[in-house]
Amino acid sequence: MKHSKYLTLASAVALVVGVNACKPKNAGNAVTGDAASKAYVAPGKFDEFYNFLSGGFSGQMSVYGLPSGRLLRVIPVFSVDPEKGYGYSEETKPMLNTSHGFVPWDDLHHPELSQTNGEVDGRWIFGNANNTPRVARIDLATFRTAEIIELPNSGGNHSSPFITQNTEYVVAGTRFSVPADNANGDVPINTYKQNFKGHISFISVGKEDGKMDLAFQIECPGVNFDLSHAGKDKSHGWFFFSCYNTEQANTLLEVNASQRDKDFIMAVNWKKAEEYLKAGKGKKQSVRYAHNVYNEKTHTATSEIRTEVTVLDAKELKDMCYFIPCPKSPHGCDVDPTGEYIVGSGKLAALIPVFSFDKIQKAIADKAFEGDFEGIPVIKYDAALYGEVKKPGLGPLHTEFDGKGNAYTSFFVSSEVVKWNIKDLKVVDRAPTYYSVGHLCVPGGDSRKPNAKYVIAYNKITKDRYLPTGPELAQSAQLYDISGDKMQLILDFPTIGEPHYAQACAADIIKNRSVKFYKIDENANPYASKGEATTKVERKGKEVHVYMTAIRSHFAPDNIEGIKVGDEVYFHVTNLEQDWDVPHGFAIKGASNAELLIMPGETQTLKWNVEKVGMYPMYCTDFCSALHQEMQGYVRVSPAGSNTPLTFSTGKTAPEPAAAQ
Amino acid sequence: MKKLLLLGIIGISVAACGGGGNKEEEKNPYQMEGATKEAEAAANPSYDPERGVGKFTKVDVPAALDKAMAGNGKKAYEVKCSSCHKLTDEKLVGPGWKGVTSRYKAEWIMNFVTNPDEMLDKDPKAQAQLEICLVRMPNQNLSDDDARALYEFMRENDGVK
Repeated sequence: MKHSKYLTLASAVALVVGVNACKPKNAGNAVTGDAASKAYVAPGKFDEFYNFLSGGFSGQMSVYGLPSGRLLRVIPVFSVDPEKGYGYSEETKPMLNTSHGFVPWDDLHHPELSQTNGEVDGRWIFGNANNTPRVARIDLATFRTAEIIELPNSGGNHSSPFITQNTEYVVAGTRFSVPADNANGDVPINTYKQNFKGHISFISVGKEDGKMDLAFQIECPGVNFDLSHAGKDKSHGWFFFSCYNTEQANTLLEVNASQRDKDFIMAVNWKKAEEYLKAGKGKKQSVRYAHNVYNEKTHTATSEIRTEVTVLDAKELKDMCYFIPCPKSPHGCDVDPTGEYIVGSGKLAALIPVFSFDKIQKAIADKAFEGDFEGIPVIKYDAALYGEVKKPGLGPLHTEFDGKGNAYTSFFVSSEVVKWNIKDLKVVDRAPTYYSVGHLCVPGGDSRKPNAKYVIAYNKITKDRYLPTGPELAQSAQLYDISGDKMQLILDFPTIGEPHYAQACAADIIKNRSVKFYKIDENANPYASKGEATTKVERKGKEVHVYMTAIRSHFAPDNIEGIKVGDEVYFHVTNLEQDWDVPHGFAIKGASNAELLIMPGETQTLKWNVEKVGMYPMYCTDFCSALHQEMQGYVRVSPAGSNTPLTFSTGKTAPEPAAAQ
Repeated sequence: MKKLLLLGIIGISVAACGGGGNKEEEKNPYQMEGATKEAEAAANPSYDPERGVGKFTKVDVPAALDKAMAGNGKKAYEVKCSSCHKLTDEKLVGPGWKGVTSRYKAEWIMNFVTNPDEMLDKDPKAQAQLEICLVRMPNQNLSDDDARALYEFMRENDGVK
């Protein structure tokens, strides 16, 4: 059965390739015969692009290859991942620490690749936590979460983690305005207008090491900040944030936050903010937020609670923030590669306003304001507007750019991608999506230099597109070839969690920097065992530390006796392998957490609370060699207070059969 | 069967009009270590089973032991080798090291420990060992100096003074 299916598939692929090879190009724009060949990457061949997708409510980030749509990896970020021991091993638990304690889950919406001079540099990718507000930095040499910083004065970090063109800052605008952390939060909810504030955070990023630091926050009126993008080139030094609920409603926002004809895009002159900060105009506030860092040498994360943030007041400090009216609850806020055009997308609008950076500057110089909103000047709509794209579709959400003068905007309500020309604001092409598209991604599509071979649509609903899987269906991505004049749908692929934003870049920028293993000589984990001779088991009261090694295909020690009920056993497992792609796993029966997955040269620790007398098998979970199934051992657990001596060994058998108990 | 036939015909037709295909796609730009070494080995048709395949073609071994070097070799052994190799002639995961320097030349040993995958794929003696042990020796990413030091430590273990 299987064989014949594969054969059919192979014939189909071969047929498609065959047809393509003999046919002239430009076959059309529907799902035509050459779609399969355009998305086909032969077994053993690499994809041309990495595609980093938000995992939505999975809290993780996934990595796909393009154009094949093959899933390459799921990177645990804000949620525990028992498969990798993330958030379960003693070394990784601190990564998920917050001012609320250990938080095992979040909702990751937007990945953003680091940039140098406005071009994707492939060093790091950032992600936002939409529930308990945080920003994570993932190191693209290891594809691991390297750092997580929590954000005080915030509620739901949605407008994030967008970056300035040299990754000077990654920003975080609060979705929910809330009373500031140092104010009394125990107030009636309907005092929103008096007590609630919207803070946006500027997190500085170390030029060499990527280390994040909460540089300052700007206190703004209470509204919902939604999305943002930095200016680039001529508009470098500015940041643009969309906001809704300028009605300042605290209930039934569906109706109450949709009253006004226009909400705002807030333009922030962050160079000006830096000047105020330098001049000491910021107010230091007492707050609590966690800053968690994973150390690649000790393979251990540390979490520190920080207690102070500097806040700049947008109302008091002039010439720093301006509001620009934007129709109907703006969502996407996207800046074209030249930095001149800022595209707002009103979720309930049937047009797309395009603002001009030059006109905004002139309007500020001329004081072309229509008034103010809570003390912040509101620029006249026409004074900032370059023009509107008329009748583009229903419910514009997000826009990406191809660097050739075109923009691609997603339309949630009308389920389509619309390509339009930025200069003349005319629609040039439209393609249906299946269904209800949210974000779009063009490789480098929010940078100065897009690499515009594809646009990918990330859909919220798939309905009839895949085999049914019970009440919950797959979310999906759809790949369109945009190398020609017309968009051509060439592939559907399901995604993990709900994909929101995604970013992509040429594989060449990243793949050659991939770490293959950790050098055992450089392993600075205090519990590392460098060689079997250093393995041991030590008791400190109820705490037992097992210093263990793993190599194909045994653990040392693999027999441990003298463990007692009530003990807390720490298995510190060092993988002695020094070759690529040879992780070992470690699991023990009854452990109430997860496995360890230990990369070559790395040390990871599993804590085991011993509760019952008996014999406990342990084994390697990651198929490592022909004798993987032999990679196992036993731990003998005796009653509390018993006098079984603490012993450990590898390769030792009973001297006589009779001597065994 | 029909499908097979169809596949065959289409295959021929692709070959007929494809004409070579995309060159860029065929060339994997991500050079694997093994790939270059394979090329080197192919360029050297006179395969010497006493030497094996790898970067070491000639190693000068003085008669007297270099004690300091052997000491470095011992350190590397303890971290990277001792899990599987005893210093006696007893087999653990891999063979015991007693007498190894009389069974193999320095070049062969150093090539094997630094280039185990290719050796296990090509070298008859390495393959014979694999049939006994059934575990492919892992590449422990030893430096050239490590490999030489390990060889010196093996000599010390074999009684060279």
